[in-house]
Parts: sequence; C-alpha cells; structure tokens
Amino acid sequence: MPVELICIRCPRGCRLRVDDDLKVSGNSCPRGYEYGIKEVTAPERILTSTVAIRGASLPLCPVKTSAPIPKGRLFDGMDEIAKIEIEAPVRAGDVIEKDFLGLGGIDLVATRSFAKEGK
Amino acid sequence: MSARVAVIGGGAAGMAAALSVIEEGAEAVLFEKGTALGGILNQCIHNGFGLTYFKEELTGPEFAERLASRVRESRIDVRLETAVISVSKELVVTYENPKGSASEMFDAIVYTSGSLERSAGAIALPGERPSGILTAGQAQLYLNHYGYLPGKNVFILGSGDIGLIMARRLTLEGAKVLGVAELCPYPNGLNRNIVQCLEDFGIPLYLSHTVTKAYGRKRLGAIELSEVGEDRRPIPGTGVKIACDTLVLSIGLMPLLSLLRPLGLKKNRSGQIEVDDSFMSSLPGLFLAGNALHVHDLVDNVALEAEAAGREAARFALGKRERGDRHLLAKAGEGIGYLIPGLIEEGGEESVLFRFRSARPNKDCYIEFFQGDKTIKKIRKPTVIPSEMEFVRIPKKLLDFNQETTIEVRLCPLS
Repeated sequence: MPVELICIRCPRGCRLRVDDDLKVSGNSCPRGYEYGIKEVTAPERILTSTVAIRGASLPLCPVKTSAPIPKGRLFDGMDEIAKIEIEAPVRAGDVIEKDFLGLGGIDLVATRSFAKEGK
Repeated sequence: MSARVAVIGGGAAGMAAALSVIEEGAEAVLFEKGTALGGILNQCIHNGFGLTYFKEELTGPEFAERLASRVRESRIDVRLETAVISVSKELVVTYENPKGSASEMFDAIVYTSGSLERSAGAIALPGERPSGILTAGQAQLYLNHYGYLPGKNVFILGSGDIGLIMARRLTLEGAKVLGVAELCPYPNGLNRNIVQCLEDFGIPLYLSHTVTKAYGRKRLGAIELSEVGEDRRPIPGTGVKIACDTLVLSIGLMPLLSLLRPLGLKKNRSGQIEVDDSFMSSLPGLFLAGNALHVHDLVDNVALEAEAAGREAARFALGKRERGDRHLLAKAGEGIGYLIPGLIEEGGEESVLFRFRSARPNKDCYIEFFQGDKTIKKIRKPTVIPSEMEFVRIPKKLLDFNQETTIEVRLCPLS
C-alpha cells in the first residue's frame, strides 16, 4: 500500500507519496526523498530538551541529539536526560553525553552557551 | 558626525537589522530590555530553524547564538537591560536601564520589538478565573528556562505553532496532553508540526471546536469543549466537559506596538503598521521589521526581512535614499488576508518582494497581481493556507507609476 506523508524536514511541508517499492514522489528536494524512505522504514526524530546546569544564569541548558534517533526511543532519551547535571561554563556544540543511548555515534550536545556566573 | 540608527529589540529581527545597518556604513545602537540577545528564540529549544538563513537545521538558541556572535564581533553598540520607554516624532529614543534614564536622537529607527501572545482576556474566555490557564509562550518559558511543568493534564486551545510545539514538549516531560481545539475548520500551525507534535504522540486535534467554559475555584478542574458552526460560534448543546488542570492558549500573536501608539502611524486594514517597500512607516525615518510588522511563521524570514529594513534605514540615515516622487498604493483583495507593503515608491530597489497570507485555505488557484484591470503577475498554486506566508517578487518596471491605480493581489479560481 502506498503511504501518503507530510515531509517534516523543512517548514515547507511537502506532501509525499511512498510506494511499496520505496519510490518517493511529491518531494521538492533530496532531504524529502530521504525522509520518505526513513519514515516508512525506520522513523527518526531529533530529540531536543534541557539538562540541569549549575553555576549558569539559568537552571537549565538546552540540548539536542546530534542526529535523529529512532522515534520509539524518544522517551528513553528523556529518562536519560533527566539524570544529567552539568556545570557552567558550557559552549553550544559541546558534547554533554557521548554515544547517547548507545545508538552508535549519536551524541547529546548543548545548544546554548553559558558563562560561569558569580564568584 | 556620522549617521546613527537605533534598533529597538534584540531578537532575531533586531540583530539582523543592526548587522545590515553597520554593513551599509551607518552606526547602530541595539536596545534590548533583557539580559541577553536572542529574544524569544532562547526559549524555543526545538529544532527546525535556520534552513534558509544558515543553510543548516538549528534549534532556537543556536540560531540566536550565531546571530549574537556576529553582533558581538561587529561594532554595533549593544545596550542590554535597556528598555526603550518612548519614541518621538523627532526620532528621539528615551530609555531606562539600571543606571537611570536618558534620551538620544537618531537619524533613523528600526522597530523590531516582536509580538505579544493573545491572552484569555483577548478572547473573553467565559467561566471562572482559576490558576492553570496560561499562554503557550508562558508555558514554554516556565518549562524550558526554569524547569516548571505547568500542569499534569493539559488541554490546548488553538493550533498555532507554539501550541503544537508545547503539546509535544509537555508530553515528553511527562504531562498528559488531552487534545488541541481549533476554532477554524483547518489547522493554524505548519503541517510539519501537526505531524511531529500531535500525530507522533497520538494527541487528538479537534477542528471547528472551541473551549466554551473554564471550571474551577482555585485551580482549573475542567473545561467545556464545544463544536462551532460555519459562523465560528459554538453550537448550543454540543458542549462536553473535559477534566484537566491546565489550559494552554495558542490563539495567535499580535505585533507589539504599544510604544508606537502615540505616533499615530498609518495602519492597514488588518491593523498592521503600513510600510512602503523600504519598510518605512508613515513617519519618515521609522522602519519596522519582523513580528512587530507582521507575524511570521519562520524566523529565517524574520531575519531576511529585518536585514532589508536595516539596510534601508541606514541609507535613509546616511542621506542615500534615492526615491522618486511618484508612488503606488497596494492592497489585499479578494481571498487575501493582508498584503505588505502597502505603498510602493518609484526608485530604490529594482523589485518589490510582496509578503501576504491567504484569508482561508484553497486548492488549485491563482495568485494574481493587478494594477487596475491589467494583470501584472499570475502564479498557479496547488495549495494555499493562511498559516504559510506567501512571497511574490515583482520588478518595479512592470508597474506603471504614471497611473494612480492601486496594485491589488487576489486569489482567483483556476477557470
């Protein structure tokens, strides 16, 4: 059965059709083609959240996975993120946890820089 | 003395505007009331930003930080913790900061102070006034900056993008999102957010529905969800009571214009400040861009628009604005919600980039630009939806400045 999808790789939201033999149509770019195949075979999402941070101007530092992770692992990712506490200073792009969830080469990285506050 | 441009608001629009002011050869002073640059982007920790502007998918804080580091490396005079409290017709900016207050005169101003969320008051939500009713942006601030989960059983009114993003975010953080109600028969957020924020988590979307009552003395205990008719009014007898402790409102943004009110600037039919094709308002020297001008769906477009406005403001300040005496009016016609700009001047840039939204969803139609009865440009569109801003560039040489006829854009059926 062909599947109809809305591409989420960019805000344009192309309407894709993925045939049984994984032929994608309706995409406007290669990212959409890739998404169409991924979405019917092994759907993935980038997980974004926050980790606790000490010594920064805010109690939380935003983070993301360096690449999309399997959709079914999002809540495992949240559980893992809840255990993490880091210390300022931190730079956007710093690896917070290497090989996140043991997914092989995907890291959890900071998405905001914080200086060390106060004394 | 060199030309100085004040940029009011240090979010994506303000930073992009200030950067192009500098590039054009004028001096820029960037006023930001908060302690950091970046504005609302800092609380938008989700990804999906930057694909157009930075050619890379970024989260909100990353987008902000990239712009902020360019600002820091430039000679822009950044004034943090400085709230502008008035702007005069003579382009005098009065501000307050921890040291006190002061006034300075500028040669041009770019107003980039963003937008404000519509609140429960704005829609006259009937019922009690318990705690537990807040806007999507407030919920986002509490959760993403401070780690407070605003509730455990959440209902969301309005399908704007921030509401959809918060549906996912609250779910991931352990709250139960019971549903999203949308007054219109179509969603108001981007399609991708319906997919990745609602469908991914099995959150129901109730189209043509609204919240008709809030119950609860101290804390919200339930809401009443009702169906609405074609007239967007609740249909009596369709109300269903849903137990929840939190109601998140995602019912739209409005340009934040309170500072400009005393200036009596000209507005368009939709209540936006009227600007010409250089983003200048009816007060010469005062420019607007970003969500303060019109609410955008993508920050990339905010930054691009603000760059253009900053460039024009700098040219004005430097006395390099080369414009003819003749101009044309432009307006939104049948099927179009609003059109920016509302005035096109001869000279300056060779083309005009029109920005507009359709008034309602449509399939297989034309977007057609007219001057009088003459078609200037006609574009076939497979789909248009109000939540996706449309852009059409028209060379000025296609416009007849000899005639005083208005430019009008309409949505036309295929036939």
